Amino acid sequence: MTKLLQLTNVSAGYNDMVVLRDVNLEINDHDFIGVIGPNGGGKTTLIKIMLGLLKPARGSVTRFGEASGSSFIGYLPQVTQVDKKFPITVLDIVLSGLMSSRGKFYRYSRHDNETAHQLLAQMGIGGLAHRTSRELSGGQLQRVFICRALISNPKLLILDEPNTFVDNRFESDLYERLIELNKKMAILIVSHDVGTISYYVKTIACVNEYLHYHRSNIITEQQLADYNCPLQIITHGDVPHTVLQKHEHDHVHNHDSHE
Amino acid sequence: MTMFITTTAMNDTILQLLSYDFFRNALLAALLSSITCGIIGSYIVARRMVFISGGITHASFGGIGIGYFLGMNPIVGAVIFSLLSAFGIRLASQRTDIREDSAIGILWSLGMALGIIFIFLTPGYAPNLMNYLFGSVLTVSDTDLWMMLALTILTIAFFSIFYHTILFISFDEEYARSHKAPVELFNYILLALVALAIVLHIRVAGIILVISYLTIPQTTANIFYSDLRRIIFLSIAISLLGSIAGLLISYYLNLPSGATIIFVFVLCFALAKAVRSVMIKAGLRKSVQNK
Repeated sequence: MTKLLQLTNVSAGYNDMVVLRDVNLEINDHDFIGVIGPNGGGKTTLIKIMLGLLKPARGSVTRFGEASGSSFIGYLPQVTQVDKKFPITVLDIVLSGLMSSRGKFYRYSRHDNETAHQLLAQMGIGGLAHRTSRELSGGQLQRVFICRALISNPKLLILDEPNTFVDNRFESDLYERLIELNKKMAILIVSHDVGTISYYVKTIACVNEYLHYHRSNIITEQQLADYNCPLQIITHGDVPHTVLQKHEHDHVHNHDSHE
Repeated sequence: MTMFITTTAMNDTILQLLSYDFFRNALLAALLSSITCGIIGSYIVARRMVFISGGITHASFGGIGIGYFLGMNPIVGAVIFSLLSAFGIRLASQRTDIREDSAIGILWSLGMALGIIFIFLTPGYAPNLMNYLFGSVLTVSDTDLWMMLALTILTIAFFSIFYHTILFISFDEEYARSHKAPVELFNYILLALVALAIVLHIRVAGIILVISYLTIPQTTANIFYSDLRRIIFLSIAISLLGSIAGLLISYYLNLPSGATIIFVFVLCFALAKAVRSVMIKAGLRKSVQNK
């Protein structure tokens, strides 16, 4: 087991508002962590801290074995972050995942091109390489972004709400692929669809200002309440789910841990 | 009779025009501005920076006014003002809680107000003020051309060396930041290039019309292509053809050159839009039949 990333007593926020407090988390290779928590609970802030986009107000973030040329973290942001009408080709979007390993005078080789084409084909969108961003649907763009995150062969893959735009069929496809990828890299996935991700992940981190690390993919309502992690559990589609051992309703389950 | 005069004028002018220094300079200016504005304008349009560009343009009028007042080259004042306002808008929206478009609105009008005050305070009449407001491609001087050439070379060099870094940062800033790309540095360099492109083309197109060179050919190119590199090349071509056509039309019809060029640009845009919609309809019909 190799340690990849360690957060020690991390507190972080914006202006004078604290979003995360005393967070401790260790990520090792082969980890598959599902990050859950209410909106505004600090899930995205946690990702920003890991990516180095936000400096912690207190505590430390340590990355292990980063030095080697290839990039350390593959990152799938929420699709809504970008301007879909921006003039860029699918191939260029995927190649931008090599930004840190190719430097500022970035020139990509034929080999990089081939890798990009292969990844696109694996994601079932091989024919779209020369299309441009504005011609894609939300789900297609999401798959392009997954290729971008994977092209650098990262040691840790971070996915922020990957199921937002993806259709049900591709969703289970995606998760199967993640299990495959997990043999090569650690994965951290943020989602508010606890029901779905818990079937695939190995451990769960509940984030609501504090982080509670749950060393299993099965979590009970009582435990969620103990972690102060109020959640609306929604499960849909054919994706199996094992979360919430005692749940009576199969579809929408409102869970509120506030007294 | 009138008809006859016009045709004679037509016959001798193309060659004769080229023998005039002012017309050669105008053509050179059109060539250089098509290249620089083709590149910088594509960047502006891609990043939705048209409004900030308008703000920088008008803010630089303050520099022109102060230039007049101090008796120096107004363009020097305009360069300083455009850079200060460009960086001022960025800093104000990043470091304070003023929103970017509000900061643009303030600096836009402040620049115009300062310009008018200083020109009012300057003794005597400001003879070529209209040139700064509406531009005059026919009175472009050799100095103007040298400055434009320098900026064209700088722009081509920067964009060809760093094309992908520029593209990736512009598309997804946060992702680029997660890859430790020098996002801020590039944003400021590019903003400075935008400011310089605007100021140097005030002589050509004028404060009121310069935005057209930076947006209309690019938006026209964007109708057909959605790849930054292709938009750059196509907008340079549209801009060059539009400028030359506009110059000739303005000469023969005795119309103001800047305004005529812009009219030709807009005509190209409308034509492109029409062609595109016909192409889309035909393409759809074809793929429906093939199925």
